[in-house]
Amino acid sequence: MSSMNAISAQGIQKKFGAVTAAADVQMTIAHGERVSLIGSNGAGKTTFVNMLTGYIKPDAGEIMLDGQSIIGMPPRQIARMGVARSFQIPQLYHSLTVQNNLLAALAAQQSNLSFLQPAKNAESVARASEILQRFDLLMHADRLVSELPGGVRKLLDIAMALTSQPKVLLLDEPTSGVSADEKFPMMDTVMRALEGSRTTVLFVEHDMDIVLRYSQRVIAFYSGRIIADDQPLQALAMPEVKPYVTGQISADADHA
Amino acid sequence: MTARDATPTRTLLLGSLVIVALLLSGASMPRWLTFLLTMSLANGVVALGIMLLMRSGVVSFGQGLVFAAGGYTAALGFGALGLTDGLLLTFAGGLIAALIAAPFAWLIARYRGIFFAMLTLALSMVLYGLLIKSTAFGGSDGLNMGRVSYFGWRPSDASVGYTNYAVTVIVVGIISVWMRIYFDSVRGLVTLSARDNEIRVEYLGSSVRSLIATNFIIAAFCGGVGGALAVIALGHVEPDYSYWTRSGDFVFVAILAGHHSVLAAFIASIALELVRSFSSAYFPNSWQLAMGLFLLAVIRFLPSGIGSLWVQRWRASTVQRGSA
Repeated sequence: MSSMNAISAQGIQKKFGAVTAAADVQMTIAHGERVSLIGSNGAGKTTFVNMLTGYIKPDAGEIMLDGQSIIGMPPRQIARMGVARSFQIPQLYHSLTVQNNLLAALAAQQSNLSFLQPAKNAESVARASEILQRFDLLMHADRLVSELPGGVRKLLDIAMALTSQPKVLLLDEPTSGVSADEKFPMMDTVMRALEGSRTTVLFVEHDMDIVLRYSQRVIAFYSGRIIADDQPLQALAMPEVKPYVTGQISADADHA
Repeated sequence: MTARDATPTRTLLLGSLVIVALLLSGASMPRWLTFLLTMSLANGVVALGIMLLMRSGVVSFGQGLVFAAGGYTAALGFGALGLTDGLLLTFAGGLIAALIAAPFAWLIARYRGIFFAMLTLALSMVLYGLLIKSTAFGGSDGLNMGRVSYFGWRPSDASVGYTNYAVTVIVVGIISVWMRIYFDSVRGLVTLSARDNEIRVEYLGSSVRSLIATNFIIAAFCGGVGGALAVIALGHVEPDYSYWTRSGDFVFVAILAGHHSVLAAFIASIALELVRSFSSAYFPNSWQLAMGLFLLAVIRFLPSGIGSLWVQRWRASTVQRGSA
């Protein structure tokens, strides 16, 4: 039986020496929610994501995925429980074609890696093509990743994360490194690809336009604490959050 | 999808054709050539094991360890235990080599790059040290072994060369076909992707360490089979089989071959044997120089090995077809 919450974190503590990366972090995220995690560098977003994927173990506290504790599990076990992630810098297989990247992603999820079953079997190829289609990447299928432009790599990185049909998808700065006029089309593509799924999506994002447009809820971190947890407009209007956000907006204006 | 996609059936069919062609043509070859090919195939299957490790992103510089383990298993099985069946000794060689490698596999699979290479090298030199000191294994003189039989039939003087050749072709052929099917399999693709990006593989739910450990044991089996086949053909085994220069030969062949093509491992191994035989005949004191220049040329002009000659061209042609 699945519980009400996709993710529930209670009393998470994490220190790196004198730096507090998480101080009594609490949150519950329901199935199908689209949540942005914001905060300046060092606020604790990435640490939280890393604890959620099993890369870092919290000093104290409990993280439940779908009602089941994931504390102490290695990343690949958590991945098999339904947590997928994309990366700020796309983590792809550079010497393989786009299609083979998808096939390799599908293959890596099999419980017993077969020595005999061809990786390029009809079922997997159809599945890979379907995912590539959803991300508008089908025309790149036979190209090597090393030949792809940056925006396509970002999309492929997210497409690979979605091959597992995860319960929770973590997007680590999905639009970083993507040009200003490409970021909305790109996010539209991602959101279209997620349409109809009950996948819970957590973005780590610095771009407030993206946060406002694509999330239903914002959780703001500062110095390892959650300082705001509300709907996007309300959260961004809070006095504790504002200094950080206005700084971000003027930085964006400088770039444009 | 192209018609040339490898399926296990197609690989099996192609492999069988190559095996039959080699068996038929071997009957009319001069003796020196069947012997050279027997040794090339026996060495090539060791390099094939390194190729599998290269596809996982590591290179073993100690395959002399498993080569020697297979060779000594065959010689001791024959001399001390009185086992005379060549196929049994070959299989035992592979099995013992894999058993020797297995306890180290999980430890070694934690390391990458030069650390992996040096650890495997160290293990092979430990075996070298043991072999050269031990009287039971014949010390530095090594061991001799007589002529093996196959299913109770002992080949005559005239037929022994071809028989060993034929058995080597069949055994190595079966391993090669299996290896190609493995390369193209689900596990094979995950192995190849781990070479590019281990982080991604882990976050998709597979253990790179377990992949490498498994491949290390498979490579050891290949090495042991190669060692046993070589010793059966030569009739002699010595501690030098585990010496680092021998491991270097296998790495040389694997680099020459690249990691794309199974066939390339054997072409590279034959090339090494030919260059070694002819250059040691014509300029005996400087044949290593010829080998060095040969390897330099390969690294300069074919950095992905000779297998890339046909595998990458084939990929390029499918891309053109696709976009045309």
